[in-house]
Parts: sequence; structure tokens; C-alpha cells
Amino acid sequence: MGLIHQLVIPLALVAGSAVFAFADENASRYPAPSLTRPDSAEKAPNAAGFIQRWLILEPISCNGLTDSAVQAAVKAEYFPNQFSVVPRDGEAVTVGSTNLTWHAVDTKEYNVNLYHFAHSLGKPSSFVLFWALTVVNCSEELPGVSLAIGSNAASVWWVNGQEVLGIYGDRQTVIDDGVSRRLTLKKGQNIVRCAVINGGGATDFCARFLDPDEKPLKKFTVSVGEVAR
Amino acid sequence: MKLLALTEVILAFTAWHALALEGQVQIHDPSTIIQCDGKYYTFGTGGACLVSDDGWTWARGVTPARRGMAPDIIQLGDHYCLYVAANIGAQPKAAINLIWSRTLDSNSPDYKWEEAGVVASSDGIEDCNAIDPGVFLDPVEKKLWMVYGSYFGFIRLVQLDSKTGMRDPASQPLNIAINCEASDPIYNDGWYYLLATHGSCCRGADSGYNIRVGRARSISGPYLDHTGIDMIQGGGKLFLGSGGRVIGPGHFGLLDLGDGVQKFSCHYEADLDRGGASVLDIRPLLWKDGWPVAGENLKEGTYEIESARTGTALELAVEGMPVGGRRNRGNFGAGPGGPGSGGQRPNPFSGRGGVIPPQDVAQFSTNWPADNILVRLANYLCQAQQKWAFSALTNAGGYPGSPYFKITIAGTERTLAATKDGELVTLPAFTGGPEQLWRMDQLTDGTWRIMPKAVPKTKEPLAMSAIGASSVTLARFNPDSDKQRWLIKIP
Repeated sequence: MGLIHQLVIPLALVAGSAVFAFADENASRYPAPSLTRPDSAEKAPNAAGFIQRWLILEPISCNGLTDSAVQAAVKAEYFPNQFSVVPRDGEAVTVGSTNLTWHAVDTKEYNVNLYHFAHSLGKPSSFVLFWALTVVNCSEELPGVSLAIGSNAASVWWVNGQEVLGIYGDRQTVIDDGVSRRLTLKKGQNIVRCAVINGGGATDFCARFLDPDEKPLKKFTVSVGEVAR
Repeated sequence: MKLLALTEVILAFTAWHALALEGQVQIHDPSTIIQCDGKYYTFGTGGACLVSDDGWTWARGVTPARRGMAPDIIQLGDHYCLYVAANIGAQPKAAINLIWSRTLDSNSPDYKWEEAGVVASSDGIEDCNAIDPGVFLDPVEKKLWMVYGSYFGFIRLVQLDSKTGMRDPASQPLNIAINCEASDPIYNDGWYYLLATHGSCCRGADSGYNIRVGRARSISGPYLDHTGIDMIQGGGKLFLGSGGRVIGPGHFGLLDLGDGVQKFSCHYEADLDRGGASVLDIRPLLWKDGWPVAGENLKEGTYEIESARTGTALELAVEGMPVGGRRNRGNFGAGPGGPGSGGQRPNPFSGRGGVIPPQDVAQFSTNWPADNILVRLANYLCQAQQKWAFSALTNAGGYPGSPYFKITIAGTERTLAATKDGELVTLPAFTGGPEQLWRMDQLTDGTWRIMPKAVPKTKEPLAMSAIGASSVTLARFNPDSDKQRWLIKIP
């Protein structure tokens, strides 16, 4: 274990943003093949409009995927200002007696693989809740758009502090599984926040905005603030 | 007990009858239904005219200038051209005359029928009876045609002038079918179809009238049925026969409402709920495997509403409960069980014995919010919040063929409604607003378009639309998309 530790840390530093891996001597050493560290200030959505940059909090133990169980889980207070905070990469919060850290990630895919995320950190991926958020930057006001998401499993979503969507039950991620009612993205910064709750097995989510014609919206960028080196 | 059963039977028949066209609908041999200045018109034998504001409730109109048998009508430019047949003496000597008016609105100063002359005739000796005209504007060739004839001899085809509606003098009649009458061509996807009425009319409930069809690659035929028999040899695939409480359908007419919504009109020789009278009906026109199929207007009842696109079903956005209650996964095989189990875990695949009844909505709805509840799409699991009751409203108007419906969660008053933002919601109870009234049009593939009568603060016609796999909204209807196509299924 000590030899691997000695090898991994230099490898991670050399690779830089190429590999997302948590260099902690208590962690598993699995790199997250679909995730990287952000290396730019802002990122445009991909060709299909999917948001590929997020801040994700290490998972919190949680059980229950029914409507009522999920609603109760996401309304519980785990840390101060959890519905308004815009944390920085590397910032920690205390949940119960455990310190959990926010991590800035880019995904190479249309979805964010939380299983990869958790395992790369040596954290559990089953029966947990992941908080995630991103900052959506718009150069103009965009009315009549919808947030379209998929998740494994249940998830609840907020835009600028307002709950806009929830999907429940044990489900796989389906593109545009849930679509919010039409909303307005304001000029400037908009906060998209989600809580994804998994039962057992794989866990991931995807998100994009649809324009009034239900086509992928791409007139924005996302950012997560400064990324710790 | 007997009285209760009789009452239930009467109520069932009343519900069926309530879904037939409203108002004055008695007519024989109706023409194609035509629209003029927002109203619907049809003309029948003996100078009958019916008019409607919405295609659901009809009233007597004004008899046109020429009476006759089984007229047909078409609009050419600013002329409404009515083709009226009459026997000259005894059949089969007959003539079809054209009269036209700039409007069908008898209250308009432009309402005046002009005589244009004879378009086709039969001399009483030739093998044809020149009655029952059916006029058709070919959408491909842009040529105007008329078919005519009845049981005396052949159904014939002649070309008309597409501007005047009169006979092309160079066009000689062509025989295309036999042993039928009330013929009418339509076109769809590269094929010409000849709809024609077989069997006997005018005997009330003893009328064997039925509508049959053959198809051809050319307007001139040959029109073959699905078994390859030419209509000129008596062939014809059944399109519509007697059924339910109506006997003897005849005189097909196409009513194309656009956006992939097609209907047809006909009459029944005998409507048993109207004393056996001959009445007008309008029904959905479907297409299956290249053949027209007679659809049925939606009947009242409880249904699952399933998206043709996603396969998920409309439900209240409330937590569901499995039918029969929750149970744990994975408990199977030998092991400690509950009391009385003899120490054995129940096998989850063997069922529980006995019949698990449907959910009692009265029980489950106590857990639902009392005020407005949103809707969504989800995997159908036969649960109470997924079953919708369609109730016809006989005093709220309608649209061609059908009244508006209120849609409620079965067993409750919780009502589906449109919001001013063009979204969907359920209200605790029906209050009669137009945003709570629903129009159900069956599309040509058999799926349904579901539209509110009105959406507050917008005049744009919107239809229920799946967006994503689990969400539903209202959106402008796109006939090329399956987002706004719904299956109405027995739950």
C-alpha cells in the first residue's frame, strides 16, 4: 500500500488535469476515467447541450427513493446554507461528524458518473446522496427554457433557489427523463443545484437546458470558480 | 334488484346516445361536409341541409335552390359547387346538375344559387344511373373528377373543369365499379381509393348498407380490394358496417381537418336510439397497412393515458403505492419467516393467494394534497393516481364528431386542467371552465391528440405533449412528431 501511495501521488501531479484522482493516503486509488479537473475559467455545453462542469460534494449516507423519502432527504439540513452556498473547489463542510469536500470536475461525457467520482475518492456510491451545483453564465436573459435531466437514481433540482423538478424511484439515467416547466435564465449568473440519491449500483446524472422549441440550449457557459491546484 | 339493473342499463344507453351528434341530425344521403366561414354544412336527399358551428351540434339549414338525391359539394375558388342528381321519370334515367353559390351562409347577401347546367346524365337505356355524385380534386394532378352511379349498371368517372366545375367536354365516362352506389374517391400516400356503399338502403333496421373500398394507382383504376378483386367485378374491402346501436352506414364523405386529423361523415339508415331514424355521423378516419379504417369516437369510461413516444403514463405527481401494498425484495427461499409461517420466508414469486383488488382511490386520495396537484409521466403500475375517467359534457359544445370531455382521476372529482402558462395541473374539483374541457381527436394512426378547449391568456391551440420521458406539458401540435400522440387504453 505504501509503495502504491508513493507511486500514485507523483503520477497524479504529473498527469495534472488528465486524471481525476484524490491523493489521500486513506483513499482507494481508482482513477475516474470519465472525469477530469477543470482547466479553464468557463466551459460551454457540449454539442448536444449537456453541462459538463460541476462542483460535487462527497456523498452523504441516505436511504429511500420514494417521492416522500427523497423529498424528506433533500429538505433535511446537512450543512449551513446548503440551498444557497456556492462553494469553492476543495472547500469542506461537516456533516454529522464527517468532513466532506467539494470537488470541481469536468466530465468527458454527456453525463457525470458519480460511481467513478465516489470510487476515485474511496467513498461509497450506494445508499448515498450527492449534492452538485454549477453556475450558468448567460450573456442575455433567456425566457421560456426548460431544465432537462436524467439521473440514477432519484434527484431533485433547483434553479436560482427554486425547486423546479424532481424524479423519484429506482431508475436509470435517461436523457431528458424529467423536464422542468418553462423558466427564465437571467442575464449573468444562474445557479443550478441538484441532489442525486442512489440506491444500489451505478449512479450518474445528466443535465441540459432546452430552448422554447425543445432544442438543446447552448447560449451559455458554466463555471465553478477557481480550482485548487 | 331488477329495477336497479334496468336503471343501470338505461343509464348505459343514455351515455352511448349522449355521444352521438347533438341537435337535429336527421338526414339521408349526406354530402361531404364542407366548411364555409367557420360553419360546417352538409346537404342530403330531398333538399335537406344541416349546419353546425362546431361539427357537434347541428341544426336545420336552408334548402338549396335545387332538390334531388344524394348531392355532393366542393369549393372551387369562391364558388361552392353543389352537384344534385334527380331521376327524370323512372330510374335509371337521370341527370346531375351543378348549382353554385359564393357562400353557404343563407344570411349573407352573397347567398344565391346559380344554375350551371347538366354535368352528367343517363338516358335510361345505358348501363348507368346518373345519381349519387362524388366530387374529387386530385391533390397530385390538380384535376377535378366526378364519380356517379348506383345499382343500375356501373359507377362511372368523368373529368370536370377545375375552375368552373362543369363537365370537361372531351371527357367520356369510364366504368370503374359495379353493384354499389354513393361512391367517393379519396387520395392517400400514392393511392387512389374509391369508397362506395354496398347493400340495401331505405329499410330502416333491415338495411344492409355498408361502405366498402378498393384502391388504384391511378384515378381511372382498376380499383382492387385487399383480396385482388376489382370493384368492377363487385369487389370491395369492408370499411364500415353496422354496429352497436346503428345500422346501415352509407355515403362516405371525407372531412380533412389538417394536421393529420382526418374524419369521415356518413349516415346510418337506422339509429336505434333515435327511433330508427336516418342520421348523420362523423367519425375518425384511420389508416392501417395502406387501407382506410373507420375509427370510433371516444366513449366515456376510465382509461390509462399513455404517451406513444415514451410508453409512460399520465399520473398525478404523488407518491404511489404498489397494488396490494409494499413488500420487501429478495426474501425468497427457506429462512425465518413471520408468525404462522412455520419459520419459512414467503416465496415472492408465488403470489399471495386470492385476488388482489384494485386500489380504492377513496383510501389513497386521503394522502394526496387537497389543493392543486401537478401531473407527470411514469411507468404504469395500475395505481389509482394513474387512472383517468372521461366524462362527456353535453352542454359544453364540441367539435366534429364528439363533445368535450372532463378528465378526472377515476373515483374523484380531481380534474385535469390547462394553466395560463401552457402547463398542466389537476384541480381539486371540476368548475366548468374551458381550460378543464378536453377535445379528443383520433389521429390517422389510431393514437389520440388531446387538446384543452382553451388555454388561459393564449389563443394558440395547444395539445398535451410528452417532454422528456417523465414530464408532460402543452405545446403546439406537430403532426410529424409522436410527442403529442397518446394511447387511450383500458386500464
